[in-house]
Amino acid sequence: MTLAVFFGCAFIAFGPSFALFVFTIAKDPLRVIILIAGAFFWLLSLLLSSLVWFIAIKASNSQDLTLQRGLLIFGVFFSVLLQEVFRFAYYRLLRKATEGLAAISDDDGSAISVRQMAYVAGLGFGIMSGAFSMINILSDSLGPGTVGIFGDSQYYFITAALMTLALTLLHTFWGVVFFEGCEKSRWWVIAAVVSLHLLVAGLSLLNPLYEGSLPPVYVITLATGVWAFFSSGGSLHSLSALCTLCGFESRASRTMTEVPLSKTPNPQPLPGRRSMWLPTAPGVCSRQES
Amino acid sequence: MRLLQLWAFDFCQLLFMNTSDSEEDSYNERSALVQSESPTIPSYNQDHDMSLPQETDSKRRRPVSSGLDEPGPVERERASTPDGEEEELTLKYGAKHVIMLFIPVTLCMVVVVATIKSVSFYTEKSSQRLIYTPFEEDPNSVGQRLLNSFLNTIVMISVIVVMTIILVVLYKYRCYKFIHGWLILSSLMLLFWFSFMYLGEVFKTYNVAMDYPTLVMIIWNFGVVGMICIHWKGPLRLQQAYLIVISALMALIFIKYLPEWSAWVILGAISIYDLIAVLCPKGPLRMLVETAQERNEPIFPALIYSSAMVWMVGMADSSNPGSGESFTIIYKYFFPQDNEMLWVKLGLGDFIFYSVLVGKAAATGGDWNTTLACFVAILIGLCLTLLLLAIFKKALPALPISITFGLVFYFSTDNLVRPFMDSLAAHQYYI
Repeated sequence: MTLAVFFGCAFIAFGPSFALFVFTIAKDPLRVIILIAGAFFWLLSLLLSSLVWFIAIKASNSQDLTLQRGLLIFGVFFSVLLQEVFRFAYYRLLRKATEGLAAISDDDGSAISVRQMAYVAGLGFGIMSGAFSMINILSDSLGPGTVGIFGDSQYYFITAALMTLALTLLHTFWGVVFFEGCEKSRWWVIAAVVSLHLLVAGLSLLNPLYEGSLPPVYVITLATGVWAFFSSGGSLHSLSALCTLCGFESRASRTMTEVPLSKTPNPQPLPGRRSMWLPTAPGVCSRQES
Repeated sequence: MRLLQLWAFDFCQLLFMNTSDSEEDSYNERSALVQSESPTIPSYNQDHDMSLPQETDSKRRRPVSSGLDEPGPVERERASTPDGEEEELTLKYGAKHVIMLFIPVTLCMVVVVATIKSVSFYTEKSSQRLIYTPFEEDPNSVGQRLLNSFLNTIVMISVIVVMTIILVVLYKYRCYKFIHGWLILSSLMLLFWFSFMYLGEVFKTYNVAMDYPTLVMIIWNFGVVGMICIHWKGPLRLQQAYLIVISALMALIFIKYLPEWSAWVILGAISIYDLIAVLCPKGPLRMLVETAQERNEPIFPALIYSSAMVWMVGMADSSNPGSGESFTIIYKYFFPQDNEMLWVKLGLGDFIFYSVLVGKAAATGGDWNTTLACFVAILIGLCLTLLLLAIFKKALPALPISITFGLVFYFSTDNLVRPFMDSLAAHQYYI
């Protein structure tokens, strides 16, 4: 137990989201604010759903264990629905604030786009959701103890970490897809996101039968990731551009390698374009602008 | 020991008061010309000074103010441009400033929470109490406990009001030397005594064997460098680090010595007091600002944390406030084409009370969710306050919104969310 488990589970659960934060969000103050506000909205949804659950618990017989369990399951589904409601509310808030945000962004005219906001909002939801699921477990894993001493599964920590990771990524993808659906008024997308979330929560009810919960959740995560990629404007072409020579050259060009187009001593840049590099052969790359 | 601590506490009250040292005075003497060269500095100072006295025990909670309130000469030239442009300029730097305040607030909270979770000294309840909370809380009777905590709060707030009024009076009658001396003594106490206590407790927790000569050397260096950085000059990052450390130390003292329920009621009362003191026309802070404006001097630079960015050396050397304003951490960001400085300032008292809230959330119960919820709530409150600042463009109290959110989230997370999340974790259900 202790340190090895702590660090292992912490990195499994929070590694990708931390990396996403550091590489895509930390540099831009506006995105950090949107992230924290997203976390706040998720927290609000959790608060309201726990209030409802708490009232239900207090109003019912605390000795009846099946009833308590049923109420907990009801709490799970209600919380999922409320999270999606708050995701929609956050979408509306961000849309309303877009003009204001355009004004406070530092770069002239480069306001944050709805797609970027969708990603950041989704990540905010995901990070907060993951943190709330995992942090207490992580702090418990630091101390002495035997996992599963009362007959529970010994894989508790690692499955918790894996589930948290899946949920964080899922929230991010759902954010992207959801906002896109709202933008284009495709209500089936919203219904799909809600049902996927309910499905994932329902699968987690199968724990500790981890074979029934973890692999399907990861399949759903991958599928939603692919969906989010295509929904946010990605395409097979951009994927291939990422990997092939074109992408390589355009990246290399930023290190100022110049390829002369002809044998004339001072090749002038093509009129109307700022090109840092020129294609070595026609048709290899379609982009010339730096 | 108790007497000493009370004395320390007493001085700490004014710790974050303005502190103009003699250099600042001499700076002021020749400041007429200098300040005109640095147009925004007077407004900056004056805005700051607004938050001067007050505070609860010792911090100076400073209202968050924008340096744009009183445009200096350079800005007056620009003032002829339409309002919309100036507003856009104001809002433009809003997001950056929010983040630049988030970072030190977060750091301070992290230091406090880390200490609370590891060093048990600050969570042990001692029989000693501060003189400002004389009523003992009896854990057996809820009604009595509530009553005593309200009485403690009344005592504490009246002490603060009295100190604020004394400070305003002192300022009105130009007893600068007295205030200076008081301030220097307070910071001495904080930097040497409290850090000695803190270090001692950390060593006890980790069972580190330490001898007195080494300890004296460490504390001496820490304290002297702190005094120099805070009251005179020092590298920017070092100044900021010292301010964060000071705020954290003060917050830890509060967490230790305020009784349980009194601390929560005091937090609530302080936010209300902050609201009244900053926004009401007859409040002591208002009077202080008006006096300062009448005299047209950059009063006490206060202990505030400024979010403006790095001062570019060589820009306008004579207008470098860093030399004169000892307590101000100033980041100045010059936009070469605009020649303008915009910043937002947050008082150390605000840091301290945010950290007290989060620290108490970490101290009571072992639940990390509560701490995280309070942290996010405070950051969002700060964000909203800065948004309001950008809209209203006048000094605003930084405590009410954040503390309200923090309190609401603390109590609701502790009582509602915690059982829910614990049940979910027990069954490994995920929402």
